[in-house]
Amino acid sequence: MAGLRVLLRKELLESWRTYRLPVVAGLFLFVGLSSPLLAKYLPEILKAAGGDQFGTISIPTPTAADAVDQLWKNLAQFGAFAAIILAMGAVAGEKDRGTAAFILSKTASRGGFLGAKVVAIATVLALSTSLAVVVAWVYTAILFGPPSIAGWVAMGLLAWVGLGAWAAITFLGSTVTGSTAAAAGIGFMALLVLSIVGAIPSVAPYTPGGLAGPAIALATGASVDVGDVIVPLASTMSLIAIALGAAAWSFRRQEM
Amino acid sequence: MSGAAVSCDGLTKRFGGSSGVLAVDRLDLEVPAGSVFGLLGPNGAGKTTTLRLITGLATPTAGQATIDGTRIDPRDPGARRAIGVLDQEPRYYSWMTGRELVALAGQLQGLTATEARARAGTVLERVGLADAADRRIGGYSGGMRQRLGIAQALVSGPSLLILDEPVSSLDPEGRRDLLALIAELRERATIIFSTHVLADVERICDRVGILDHGRLVTEGPLDELLARYALPLYRLDPEPGQDAAVAGLAARLRSTEWIDRVTETESGLIVSVSDATLASSGLLPIVVAAGVRLAAYERVRPSLEDVFLRLVGRAA
Repeated sequence: MAGLRVLLRKELLESWRTYRLPVVAGLFLFVGLSSPLLAKYLPEILKAAGGDQFGTISIPTPTAADAVDQLWKNLAQFGAFAAIILAMGAVAGEKDRGTAAFILSKTASRGGFLGAKVVAIATVLALSTSLAVVVAWVYTAILFGPPSIAGWVAMGLLAWVGLGAWAAITFLGSTVTGSTAAAAGIGFMALLVLSIVGAIPSVAPYTPGGLAGPAIALATGASVDVGDVIVPLASTMSLIAIALGAAAWSFRRQEM
Repeated sequence: MSGAAVSCDGLTKRFGGSSGVLAVDRLDLEVPAGSVFGLLGPNGAGKTTTLRLITGLATPTAGQATIDGTRIDPRDPGARRAIGVLDQEPRYYSWMTGRELVALAGQLQGLTATEARARAGTVLERVGLADAADRRIGGYSGGMRQRLGIAQALVSGPSLLILDEPVSSLDPEGRRDLLALIAELRERATIIFSTHVLADVERICDRVGILDHGRLVTEGPLDELLARYALPLYRLDPEPGQDAAVAGLAARLRSTEWIDRVTETESGLIVSVSDATLASSGLLPIVVAAGVRLAAYERVRPSLEDVFLRLVGRAA
């Protein structure tokens, strides 16, 4: 991992200077702001928009659980897109521009080169997810009363791991194909396929989508079996490890 | 400095499997420490691939390269600590400033952040980029990027500099400055550079290697190669108004056994001979017999270009 520290600093500076960090953080900030507001006011918006069409249909009074539900859905969708976009050019872009050869003609190891990118992407996702969760918690507290801090922290961590899976798969695509577009295609395809497969109840706990149930339960203070958290968490982390391991294996054999 | 700074032993690179393109073919080469080594060859000869194998950016299909006795392995970056590399088409992070990039290169070569910043300022000034050091690289011209490439290669004070076409994007002034810089560095570092500009090689190199189709055609001290391979040349400048006689002379020269080549130029004829002894006594009588009056007659010192063209089989 020679050069990791120096390259990590470069990656984080690049995230800031090329507006990746501000843009992704801004997107997550919007998700954090809008989710509790949407949960709170959606029934009123529907009533106002639908007029008499709803007739006697009664819309349940929104609760903090609706805010959590809304936040998770938005993080899973917009966050996954952001994770794929962050990772798609990570290696392919540098190879294409020729800057990977510049770095690797120094004493930086290939592991250090990839490691710095992985840590930088994970950091951007962690900061952005934290921002979304903190802002959403504050708005939920204002609109519905203060929810469990520990539960929300756990939800934030699970969301971060889930987003890491999409980033890791896309990162693998970026490393193996050397094409930003192909990497994005692989990321979105994985998102689609695993979402479809995750709809099968017996398979769901083994996919990143399986994190949703325990994450939402933890944030709303519902009781959760340890196994309900461990299985999807271990599966998702294994998926991340396999994708990153395969990326490292492939990159070590590539010509610059 | 003594011994070989770089050794290539049967270095081979084939792209695309066993039936693919053989870019470098069993290259055996030793570059003595402290020398300025010019790597020449036509396009596609394998110069860039050879340099990438030496720097560990590519993996050899067979054979090995060593730097100061240490085998180069793309998976072991430690051996690159003593190398400064300039790529053929240097492309860097457009969002960085020149100073940041050079400091990054220094840190990646083992300097501390403070040392790297200090050295960056020095080398940027040396390559004429002091005024642009704090501007984003995205706004640099091609020549400025080339100078920046030189600066990042020099920042850690490497004992081996590998420069792939270092003057390709430079204006005449930049080229002159770079050649002066290379000449200045020759006491402190071994320098290998590839180029198409043969005049530059003649100006600053002590040794030359000529590659063609991935094979080393010849290698050695420049003077030795010129003496060994360059055919003697004679320049004949006739007085004006003798076009028919000069054409007759050219035809007669071409039919002479010990004359290898006759090239017609604006001022007259360049005659390449295969036997200098015969030429020194036999050339002028042919001119006289052809009735051509000469304004100038000169034996020309053969150039590296003549050697190059002869060895790679591209002679006119």
